[in-house]
Formats: sequence, C-alpha cells, structure tokens
Amino acid sequence: MQRQVALIKQSLFDQGYLDEQFMELEELQDDANPNFVEEVATLYFKDSARLINNIEQALERGSFDFNRLDNYMHQFKGSSTSIGASKVKTECTMFREYCRAGNAEGCLRTFKQLKKEHATLRKKLEQYFQLARQAGPKEIARRPK
Amino acid sequence: MMNPLNGRGGGLGGSSSGKNQGGESVVEMFPSGLRVLVVDDDPTCLVILEKMLRTCLYEVTKCNRAEMALSLLRKNKHGFDIVISDVHMPDMDGFKLLEHVGLEMDLPVIMMSADDSKSVVLKGVTHGAVDYLIKPVRMEALKNIWQHVVRKRRIEWSMPTTTHSGSVEETTGERQQQQQQQQREAVSADDDDNNSSSVNEGNNNNNNWRSSSGSSSRKRKDEEGEEQGDEEDASNLKKPRVVWSVELHQQFVAAVNQLGVEKAVPKKILELMNVPGLTRENVASHLQKYRIYLRRLGGVSQHHQGSLNNSFMTGQDASFGSLPTLNAFDLQALGQLPAQSLAQLQASGLTRPAALVSKPGFPGGSTTIVDERSIFSFDNSKMNLLHGVPTGMEPRQLAGLQQQHGMTIQQQIAAVRAGHSLRRPQQQTFSRPQQSSSIRQPMLPNRVSEISGFSSGRSSSIPESSSRVLPTSYANLSTQQQSLAFSNFQQELPVNSFPLASAPGLLSLRKPHSSASEVNSSEAGFTTSSYDMLFSSRQNDWDLRSMLSSSHQDAFSNSEAYSSSRNNNNTSRNQQQQQQQQGMVSHHQVYGNGGGSSLKVKSETMAFHEQYSNQEDLMSALLKQEGIGPVDTEFDFDAYSIDDIPV
Repeated sequence: MQRQVALIKQSLFDQGYLDEQFMELEELQDDANPNFVEEVATLYFKDSARLINNIEQALERGSFDFNRLDNYMHQFKGSSTSIGASKVKTECTMFREYCRAGNAEGCLRTFKQLKKEHATLRKKLEQYFQLARQAGPKEIARRPK
Repeated sequence: MMNPLNGRGGGLGGSSSGKNQGGESVVEMFPSGLRVLVVDDDPTCLVILEKMLRTCLYEVTKCNRAEMALSLLRKNKHGFDIVISDVHMPDMDGFKLLEHVGLEMDLPVIMMSADDSKSVVLKGVTHGAVDYLIKPVRMEALKNIWQHVVRKRRIEWSMPTTTHSGSVEETTGERQQQQQQQQREAVSADDDDNNSSSVNEGNNNNNNWRSSSGSSSRKRKDEEGEEQGDEEDASNLKKPRVVWSVELHQQFVAAVNQLGVEKAVPKKILELMNVPGLTRENVASHLQKYRIYLRRLGGVSQHHQGSLNNSFMTGQDASFGSLPTLNAFDLQALGQLPAQSLAQLQASGLTRPAALVSKPGFPGGSTTIVDERSIFSFDNSKMNLLHGVPTGMEPRQLAGLQQQHGMTIQQQIAAVRAGHSLRRPQQQTFSRPQQSSSIRQPMLPNRVSEISGFSSGRSSSIPESSSRVLPTSYANLSTQQQSLAFSNFQQELPVNSFPLASAPGLLSLRKPHSSASEVNSSEAGFTTSSYDMLFSSRQNDWDLRSMLSSSHQDAFSNSEAYSSSRNNNNTSRNQQQQQQQQGMVSHHQVYGNGGGSSLKVKSETMAFHEQYSNQEDLMSALLKQEGIGPVDTEFDFDAYSIDDIPV
C-alpha cells in the first residue's frame, strides 16, 4: 500500500502536477503535524475555489477588467506556487500574460484550462492523501519505501 | 537544514548580551525565539510560512490583514522583532505597511511576493525593506531572517557613533558588535547559500557594513569619547525602543524641516524636538528611515543630500548652490550636449527644461537647476512613481504621473523628461521611451547638480517647497525632487549595467552621443544609480568602488549580481550614511546607479562620481566620460518593464 502511495506521488511529480515546493511541505510535516501537507492542500483548494469563483464571475460579467483579473490571478498564482501546484501555476502565468495583453479570448481559454488542471490536481491529491492515510501517514512522510 | 541554524543560535547564545524583551541588545537566543509577525492575505501561504517559521524555532504570529497587523504592532511595539509581509494585499499595499512599520516601529520588514519582477523588488528596496523573498518561500530563506534584526540593531547602535564621531558602543557594545560580526561571519557563508531564493541585500551589506562600521565605530570610540555620554550608555544598556507616535513624528518632521532636510542632523533635531527621554540614536535611526521614505517618494536619497549638496554647492552659484553652476558648466564642458541638448530641450517645449537647457553659462544653468528642482520637488509629491524607481521607470512614470496628477510641477518635470526623451529621438533616434543619451548628457550635469542640489542644494533652493511638503507628507516633494534628480542623474550616468533598471541605457553619462544601445545601457545604469542614490546618499566610496569593480562585467549578466550588490551597497550605504558625509554622497549616489553592471559605465561612473565633489572635477569627469565613448550596450536590457510597475 505504501508503495502504491509512493508511486502515485512519484507520478504526480513526473507528470508535472507537483514540483519541489510540495516536497518542502512534506519536509515540514512531522510528528507534531502528521497531516500538515493534507491540511495545507485542503486549505489551498478551499481558498482557490473561492478565487476561481471570483474570476469566473468577473469573466462572466464580460467587462474584462484586466487589472482586477490580474490581481485575482496573482493571488491564485501565489497560493498555487506555495503548494507546488506546478501545472496550475503555469496556467496562471499564461492567464496573466493574456490579461496584460488585454486578450480576452486568451483569458477565457486559459481560464478553462486552468480550471481543468485545478480540478485534476484536486482529484489526484485527494486520492493520494486518502491512500496515504490508509497506508499510515507517518510512514508516507518519513520512511522511504 | 535546521542544524546550522541551531548551531548559530548556540553560537549566538554565547554572546554576552542577552536578549531582552525589548529586543534591544544582541539576542542570546537568536535565532530561536525570534518573534516574527507574518502578514499575508493568502491563507495557504500564511499557514505554510507559519509552519516553516515555527520549524526555525521562531515565535510566529500570523495575520491575514495589514490593518490588523498594524494594530497588533502598535499595541505591542516591542512585541515583535521582525515583520514579513506580502506585497499584494487587498486592504493595504504591502509597501505602505512597510513604510508604516519602518517609521512607527522601526522594525525590519521583509517583503515577499510571487512577483519577482525587478520593478517590484526594487520597490521593496526603495521602500526600505530589508529583504525581498520570492514565493514560494523556502525554509532556507527564512532561516536567516534573524540577521536582519541583528543588523538593524547594530545600525541603531552605531549610528550615533558615526554621526557624532563617538563610539556608541562601549565595552558591551563593542563586544556585541564583535560578537555580531563573528556571528555574521559565521552566517555569511550560509547566507550566501541561502540567497538564492531571495533578493538579499543584507548579507553582503552586512559584511561590508559590519567590517567598516565596526572598525570605524571602534576607531571613533578610541578617538573621541566626548560624544559618548548618556546616550551611548543608554544604547549599550537596555534601550527601550522609542515609539514614534504620530505626534512625535510630526515634531520630528517639523524639526527636520526647520533645519532643512539635507542639513538635518540627529543632534540638532533632537535639540529642536526637545523631547525628554529621546536619544540621539533614536532620532538618528528615525531620520534614516525618514530619509528612505523621502527618497522613495522623491527618488533621491536624502541621507547624503546634505553632503552631496555641500560638495556640489561649493563654488557655484550661491543662489543655487553648486549645482546650478554645474549644470551649465557641465553642459558646456560636455560640449556635446549642451548646445544641442539645450536647444533640443528647449525645442521640446519643456517649460523647465528649456530654462535648464538654455543655460549655456553658469548663471543660466543655475537657474535651471533651481527650476528643475522646484519642478521636481513638486513632482515628487505627486510623482509617486518616482519612488525610488529607477530611471527606467521614471520616464514612463513621469508620463504617467503627469497624466494622473496633472500637477504643474509634475508636468514640468515630465516635460523635462519628455524633453529628454524628445532629445533622444532627435539625437539618436532612440526608440526607448527613456531618455536618450543626448538628454542624458545635458542632464548629467544638471543631474549632478540636481542631485547634489537635491540633497543639499535642493533643500536650499527649494527649502520652502520641501519644507512645505515635509510637514504634510513625508517630504514628498523633496523626496520626489530628489528622486527626480536622481533619476535624471542616473540616467545620465553611464551605468549601464544597472541590473535593476530593466531599461538598459538609462544611464549614459558618456553617452550624450551614445547610440540607442548605449542609452539603454545607460538607462539601465541609471536606474540603478537612481536606485542607489535613492538609497543611500551616504554610500561610501568603497561601496561604489566595490560596485564598480564588481560591475565590470557584462551588464546583463551582472544584473543579478548587480542587484544584489546594489542592494548591498545600498544597505551598506545606508549604514554608512551616518559615517560619511561629504563627497561620498555623490559617490554613492552615482555609484548606486553605477552599481550596475556595465563595466564601462562603472568605471566612468566612478570617475564621474569621484569627481563629484568638485564642480571642476565633475566637469573633468564628465569630459572624461564623454571621451570614453559609448558605454556600450553591455547591458542589453530590455526596456524596464514598466508594465510591472504599479503606477
């Protein structure tokens, strides 16, 4: 089981969903905070869902306040970076580029892509954490398999 | 990862001074137990940071709103040792928070952001942040934040020493210093490793500053014990941190204005304020921060303004202070630009610049300078953009400001700038919005004068305006003026390698005739210079030199090194502000710009700066630079990404 978990995690890295920042978070996990990474991830998804909502509403309004969108996205990028959500971060960057260029079409497209990546990551991480919990959190964080 | 930290903490623990609750003296328990306040609207980041800091054995308080953070700090002024704040926050700009904390609580503030564009980083520096971390923040970066606390304390301790030529530290202090130095040395190795994730101006500065200030302060102590008195004793002992309330600050500002921003020295300010219990050190450190603030606003560092002005002003138009003459003289000396540039400037329709430009002779020059200065002063207040923004940004900002503020002065300044830019196209078909070299040249002398004038002359020539502004808003005007001056100046400076200045070719002293590329580089250099100038008027020559020597590399590649070295220089400069006065300012200022990369620029800049103390010298420096040839585009900077600059 642990091996399975490790494999899943490895694949997340390999596929570029996560980057080394995620590893930093894992290093922070210890006996005092055995579920630290999961907690952070949960917090991230909750907060980012809110941000996505905001962006969505802003886009739907059709007014395309690029400044505002850029601001939202900056926040989004910040948290995504902190958790190591690599693909999401890339989409964020692209979105901001479009914002800066005033390209509404590009923004919409990228945003869709971003939502997709976000949802995918969420699912994968949920799966990962679930397995990890089953396998024994300490072992996942600590013991190499 | 934690081990070195703990080890260091252990080493620190051996220091004689203990960590008191006020956090005044060197901390025995450093780095563990450091009380950190983290401010970030992003809950994810906040949690992660908190965890990281706890792992570093720091005491962490987290806050997701800037206002809350401020009230927390105000309620408990000595409750924290350092603040880490995000740049982009919904309720208050991170830089604004930075200012408040710096002025009210005198705590070191570290900025952080996912945004790593040079403009924002520069903004952090000019606003007085002790460090800038790029998200995602890693543990290594946080491990060493304690150094900023220690450094700041050392600065406060030694400031009175430097300014009053008396060693603040007595035995305890010296011991502390020595210990700190040892600690720093021990740390520096690690610091270098950990610099990767952050724009860290502290490390190098720390080393430089430490060695220089330590030795100088020690030397001073030996030489003159006269200034040592209760203040020094007080500083050595547990010194209660002064809370700079709004009232107190107003008193301070009033005193500074009365004395003249450039001429304001802590001792006199202290006397004017007449606040019982306030020490010279308190005033000195507050003055330093205040100057940073002003500088940020005005783009010109005020620290050395006095000295700079003084040096420039000698022998020049009395009315203007040396600067005016310099402009005209320089222009003439430069030969290349003056006539052309002047004409162009005039042609460009700049209200002020025309005046400026039209000074072929000294008298004319001086007038211009004054005008420019006044223009700048006004603009300063409005030209927020100029806050320490390198020249690269300035032109844009200037334009932006003009649009935004519509202030006459600003317009004028903008006009001046525009004039410059106009000139550029005329002279060099410079595509960059930034001022062309041609403009630079004439500007250079002007700048020099401006710069010097700004620091000192500005204050003198535009004391009213400055003072006017000061009381109301942290000398926005003066700062702006200065910054303008600086920016202009910097642009002039051939410091191409200014890494910060994304706009290469901002500076180009040498490049009156420089090509666009040169201009770019000069601009870049300029940016840096302005940046540096903003930072520390007191930068020492050695700073400059080190900067210059270090900058002798490809401008571009240097940008990184440059920015960090620049930072260092700035930091060290600030530290040394107290220590150095005349002449150095000019050096520093110029240096700051030149800190940048371009080799040529640097050498030229150096020459330029060094000559600053004298008009004649300046002239020759200018001439020399002129002859040196285009700074060259070592710095192939892309235009300074103004887009990133929040206007």
